[in-house]
Amino acid sequence: MTRILTASLLALAISAQAQAGPRIEHWTSDSGTPVYFIAAPQIPMLDIQIVLDAGNSRDSTLPGLSQITHALLNTGAGDLDADAIAQQFEDVGAAYNAEVWLDRSMLSLRTLVDPEWREQALQTFVTVIGQPGFSESELERRRKQMQVALKKIEEDPGSIAKRAFYQTVYPDHPYSSPTAGTSDSLAAITRSDAEAFYQTFFSAAGAVVTMVGAIDRAEAEKIANRISQALPQGPAPEPLPAPSAVTEAKTVTIPHPSEQAHVLIGQQGVARGEASHFPLYLGNYTLGGGGFSSRLMQEIRNNQGLAYSVYSYFFPMRHLGPFRLGFQTRKDQVDQALDAAYAEVRRFVADGPTEEELEHSRNSLVLGFPLRIADNASMIDYLSMIGYYRLPLDYLDTWTARISAISHEQIVAAFQDRLDPGQMITVIVGGQDQP
Amino acid sequence: MRHMIDRLSLRFLLLLALVLPHTASAEPPPVFTRTLDNGLKVLVQPDTRAPVAVQQLWYGVGAAHESPGQTGISHALEHMMFRGTERYPGESFSHTIASRGGRDNAFTGRDYTAYYQILSSDQLAIAMEMEADRMQNLLLAEADLEKELEVVKEERRLRTEDRPESLAFEQLQATAFQNHPYGQPVIGWMSDIAQLDQQQLRDWQRRWYTPSNARLVVVGDVDPEQIFEMAEEHFGAIPNRETTPVPRRQEPVQRGARNVSMHIPAQTEYLLIGYKTPVMAQLPKKQRWEAYALSMLTSILDGGNASRLAKRLVRDRKIAASASASYSLYSALNSLLVLDATPNPGHTAEEMEQALLEEIADLQANPVSEAELQRARAQVIAHMVYAQDSLRHRAYMIGMLETNGLGWEIEQQLVAGYQAVTATQLQEVAQRYLTDHARTTVTIHPIDVTAIPTP
Repeated sequence: MTRILTASLLALAISAQAQAGPRIEHWTSDSGTPVYFIAAPQIPMLDIQIVLDAGNSRDSTLPGLSQITHALLNTGAGDLDADAIAQQFEDVGAAYNAEVWLDRSMLSLRTLVDPEWREQALQTFVTVIGQPGFSESELERRRKQMQVALKKIEEDPGSIAKRAFYQTVYPDHPYSSPTAGTSDSLAAITRSDAEAFYQTFFSAAGAVVTMVGAIDRAEAEKIANRISQALPQGPAPEPLPAPSAVTEAKTVTIPHPSEQAHVLIGQQGVARGEASHFPLYLGNYTLGGGGFSSRLMQEIRNNQGLAYSVYSYFFPMRHLGPFRLGFQTRKDQVDQALDAAYAEVRRFVADGPTEEELEHSRNSLVLGFPLRIADNASMIDYLSMIGYYRLPLDYLDTWTARISAISHEQIVAAFQDRLDPGQMITVIVGGQDQP
Repeated sequence: MRHMIDRLSLRFLLLLALVLPHTASAEPPPVFTRTLDNGLKVLVQPDTRAPVAVQQLWYGVGAAHESPGQTGISHALEHMMFRGTERYPGESFSHTIASRGGRDNAFTGRDYTAYYQILSSDQLAIAMEMEADRMQNLLLAEADLEKELEVVKEERRLRTEDRPESLAFEQLQATAFQNHPYGQPVIGWMSDIAQLDQQQLRDWQRRWYTPSNARLVVVGDVDPEQIFEMAEEHFGAIPNRETTPVPRRQEPVQRGARNVSMHIPAQTEYLLIGYKTPVMAQLPKKQRWEAYALSMLTSILDGGNASRLAKRLVRDRKIAASASASYSLYSALNSLLVLDATPNPGHTAEEMEQALLEEIADLQANPVSEAELQRARAQVIAHMVYAQDSLRHRAYMIGMLETNGLGWEIEQQLVAGYQAVTATQLQEVAQRYLTDHARTTVTIHPIDVTAIPTP
């Protein structure tokens, strides 16, 4: 019964390969910015994202600089002060946002497409991204806010663990730069630091503009031109150097008064766009990515009752992004849970998934593909990823076919190539009592 | 300035009058409903943008139905619903959904417990079959329960014990409500979770998981008639048991402000203020404007960066690093309007509290400006449109409005409800409800972590 069922599902899966993703239009703006657009006429709204190579790995000697620079944009630009900017957006129901990750950042706008409302939102957006004032008093205010944010991170065992994890997996590399900065760096950042960061890393040549919404191609072209003309016109930032390999296992233990210990295990994994990402992604579904069905979930949560959340994933970046496995457990159970987690990783790296697991993971990902692009919010996130990492335009069209074609051998080979359970980093926050 | 407001107000009326009622896309699409003979209500909202669908099964039971000593039982049962039936043993519910490309999970609130699956719309039948199966045939095995309660305790440690702000929120509810069940945490008190047993969970499921206490919501690329037939096939034969409502636990009148100081390991001071407020579901129809007004008031305070808390406390006076306001418009029972804030370095929680109270006093003493009202209204419209992008959110709204006794139709009336609120009404609800006698304040005073004795 089960056999027949899965066989018929596989047939369905293979037929699903023919299913194309949404129609992506791609061109380069007048100022040299790559643009990606999907027309989505059904809901009268428009999403715009500007993806920048201005993540906090660009902080250099001043951790937190990327965050502060992004946070300053909407506090004064052109003739508008912070109040006017907020009012211009919100009077027409528009939502502006700036987000900073490790190896990219994003400025986004969501607006209604009603022409007058859209124009007001867009005009404000273009002013904010193109003419930021970086005033001294707003810098002081943002500095204080960041200091408070830093304290909140320091009271949260999960955030402490994450910071220590990156510092240990990427020693002396920009990927270890703490997002929210340090108390020293926050105190040191000046107005001219933020301005220089903006001029260098927000350049039109280094940016990507993506749009999904109820507009046509001609309108999209005009919008993209306005955005890329507004950005600094300098060259794209120089690429970051690749991180050097870490070949020694290391355990970092940080005391914390929390009830649970937060544990992270991992090492450098895979870069975005590498062919290996597909077998690693598919294999990790079985190990710790596939929600309730993963081995880690099954063993550590369901069988042993040790944790509420347990997962593993590969996080591809421009350079090798990390493989990360994480869970939280009562302090006296750390050793038991660590043993179980390491046993699962070793077993998986040695043998890969069973035939049944492989089939399950393949079906799940292939049949689940339509869910990934079911709404505008998901589509623009894919567009931004495709654009920023220069993935092929048919990335979504060929995704299910690539997943379907992966063999057991390819998974085992990729895992053995990328993961070495004998060389992993382990971070435990709160794992021991206070001295 | 004046001109801009007039222009905006004109645009607003144009949008409202022309765009909204006439384009299906700007207002929530229609909902098709059918009630099966056993009382199960089925609600379907078609959306053909992508070949996917969301199914949510909502039960009208949550933390507010629980008795003292048994808190967290609804949530624990939610966990156990993923531990199998005879037909679909172990973790095969989620496994089966995943094998067909779907995702599933569940959530428990004060008024409801809901289960959902998102999958290709041609895979709905299996989701429905399994949902109907676990409604009646849950195993609730002793050995599984023992492990699952440990998982729930870890969840509580993760979400509450180790998060100062969550602990403060739990204290706010528990202090504001002495008899009213919203004083109970949804996840349950740790010692209550520890004493839950198989029989209690069995009884709980038997009592509440019955067709007339459930709503099945499907949103996505589906045909309503087909969904009704499918629902009849899988749920139609389940016998109904009438639920007996829990005794109403009326909150005694509060006779003065309440203050709680929490001394816990933390790095920053933090402040929560809650005011007892009525909600739409509890107000007589002709007084429902009060709920819209309270919601609008929250938007005036915290509806974005131009709103008062961000402008005055964060930017102008620089007392707060962050400040926000929230109000549960859709709760089944009367709830709290909550303000929360983290003071900036150099400012104390007391100054922060004072500043928030001044904002409340201002709302009571002075009418809000027309510009602020228009902005709040524009945001209501925009958010109605943006919310349509997410199938999950739409199913959530339908299921929640139905379960909390408001009915899905309310969503179609929201824009008009907000539009009708006047500055005078805002002032009126501020004066009536945001009073010292209805206020509870919780403050976190951080203690030095190195000074904590080892337990």
